[in-house]
Amino acid sequence: MTDTPVLSVRNLVVEIPTRHGLLRPVDDVSYDIEAGEILGVVGESGAGKSMTGNAVIGLLDPPARITSGEILLSGQPIHNLERSALRRLRGKKMGMIFQDPLTSLNPLLTIGDQLSETILEHLDISQTQARKRAIAALEEVGIPAASARINSYPHEFSGGMRQRVVIALALCAEPDLIIADEPTTALDVSVQAQIMALLKRLCRDRGVAVMLVTHDMGVIAEAADRVAVMYAGRLAELGAVREVLTNARHPYTAGLMASTPLASQGRKRLRQIPGAMPRLGALPTGCAFHPRCDHAQDQCRQEPGPTLDRCDGRAACWFPIGADTKEEAQA
Amino acid sequence: MLAYIIRRVFQSALVLLVVGLVAFSMFSFVGDPVDNMLGQERTQADIERLRETLGLDQPFVVQYWRFLEQAAQGNFGLSYRQGRPVAEILVERLPATLELAFVSGLMALFGGIALGIFTAIRRRGVSANIIMTASLIGVSLPTFLIGILLIYLFSVELGWLPSFGRGEVTRIGNWTTGFLTTSGLKALILPAITLGLYQMTLIMRLVRTEMLEVLRMDYIRFARARGIREKSVNFRHALKNTLVPVITITGLQLGSIIAFAIITETVFQWPGVGLLFINAIQFVDIPVMAAYLMMISVMFVGINLIVDMLYFAIDPRLRADRTAGGH
Ligand SMILES: Nc1ncnc2c1ncn2[C@@H]1O[C@H](COP(=O)(O)OP(=O)(O)OP(=O)(O)O)[C@@H](O)[C@H]1O
Ligand SMILES: [Mg+2]
Repeated sequence: MTDTPVLSVRNLVVEIPTRHGLLRPVDDVSYDIEAGEILGVVGESGAGKSMTGNAVIGLLDPPARITSGEILLSGQPIHNLERSALRRLRGKKMGMIFQDPLTSLNPLLTIGDQLSETILEHLDISQTQARKRAIAALEEVGIPAASARINSYPHEFSGGMRQRVVIALALCAEPDLIIADEPTTALDVSVQAQIMALLKRLCRDRGVAVMLVTHDMGVIAEAADRVAVMYAGRLAELGAVREVLTNARHPYTAGLMASTPLASQGRKRLRQIPGAMPRLGALPTGCAFHPRCDHAQDQCRQEPGPTLDRCDGRAACWFPIGADTKEEAQA
Repeated sequence: MLAYIIRRVFQSALVLLVVGLVAFSMFSFVGDPVDNMLGQERTQADIERLRETLGLDQPFVVQYWRFLEQAAQGNFGLSYRQGRPVAEILVERLPATLELAFVSGLMALFGGIALGIFTAIRRRGVSANIIMTASLIGVSLPTFLIGILLIYLFSVELGWLPSFGRGEVTRIGNWTTGFLTTSGLKALILPAITLGLYQMTLIMRLVRTEMLEVLRMDYIRFARARGIREKSVNFRHALKNTLVPVITITGLQLGSIIAFAIITETVFQWPGVGLLFINAIQFVDIPVMAAYLMMISVMFVGINLIVDMLYFAIDPRLRADRTAGGH
């Protein structure tokens, strides 16, 4: 392992031109993911989590496009690659797992066909070898009797098993980075834990970097090493899971935590953050969170939220929680 | 699956019985064939003899049963007009219609699928939009008008292609084919386009709609996320998933190509069963009309049945008996 992070996102901006003006679903987002590390990405619906993942893997739906910033994969810039070069990286260097295993698999192709096809696309091996690798990939994700089931169609598997197949597909050409967009949201609670355990194990054993998008703070607490909190297209907070969960610096993170039931918090009363996240077309001036923030001051209403550097690279807030008053006065 | 097939076959038989009844009823309700067949100088004895030969003196149910029995053996009696067995006339005329339907069916199917895929994949492109607009014209112009326009352009103005008939045909056993001579092939072009154009635009629009639908599915996105090349995404993953509805419609269209051939055959004086039917109507030649009706409905029902079987071949989810369990 080298020091270069597997994924390095630098000041990424994604814009969508619409009739009502330019929208920025991803606004100046920067983070790294190291090999073997799971970065959790949380935030309310519409915060730009999926958009960030799609931008990284190069599958933004037009008219959305990257307008500035950099994406480095193992140190190599990939945000400006042409389509075919980017396609060759997908599956081989980075893979993606979607939310719904029921719709992620082509119903008319056997899972063996879908696996072999992916393997043959990226590796220069024979049909029979590809078949063997496909079986190995299924075994690795815990499909029982893999060699017997390889000729089955997706509908012959249960939801949890299908998500295992999806993971096998995403990993079969051994990528360094996996973007998992809500991989357990559509599954039974009991199956969720198994799938998360599987992802964690694969990440640890293979040294894969994982970007784990989720709404579930429990999943974050359980699986992630670091966590990025997004709000209205921007990073609100970024830090080690334990730090962020127990000692949030951004008021939005604190609000999120207070509204999530976590075993570690005991039986505290749950509190909702008042109001809703603003639509992208109607962002308030100043910090996008200020209308919902208990701590908002004049500066928050007038100046756009600061970058993370403002608070040791942790929180994008003018008045982070726990900062001493002297620092506030200076700003 | 077997139970399903048996049920469908049973339904098909029922449909054919009803069509048979309609076809047969024409004998008793439309005109008096005896009047048509015998000239002015007929005697009462002539009339009686003919009624007996044609079986017209029996009660309705008996006649219907005899009709079905005979029809099942391909025997539709004598043509009122030509005095020859209807089956013989049909067999003589059928190759012309089948060859025409075959060529325009192929054109409609392959042209429609190719254009449908093209306009779906390049949906923002200029040429795709031109094709889509042109296809609107194809759908809205009546067949006979297209035929007449083609004749005007290619036969009258340019003089490249013949405007009527089958050209020179070659006889192989009972079959006459226009495929083997240049004039036969040239004669086929305009009628085939006329007959197939509507079906082609229909299939094209269907393939395009289905394709656009499928291209939005998660599994297409996932295939792209795995680095599968566009060609494979479009043709292996997407196209196959559009095929079920396309096959249904295409199958049904195939039936209507043969039925619609009436108009094209009339415009181009194409000596097939369609033209035969039109002429039969003019002369109230009931046996020919009845036989034609029966033949067309057998084809429709047969094609439908085949289409249903094809579902099973394409979509594994319908092949319930294959399920290996594990739910
Ligand atoms: N074509 C588009 N036109 C305008 N706005 C769009 C378009 N596509 C996405 N958006 C907006 O981009 C924002 C980011 O969407 P994204 O899917 O990344 O959210 P998310 O954080 O993944 O939410 P969720 O938790 O619901 O998955 C949303 O506010 C969405 O409304
Ligand atoms: Mg999302």
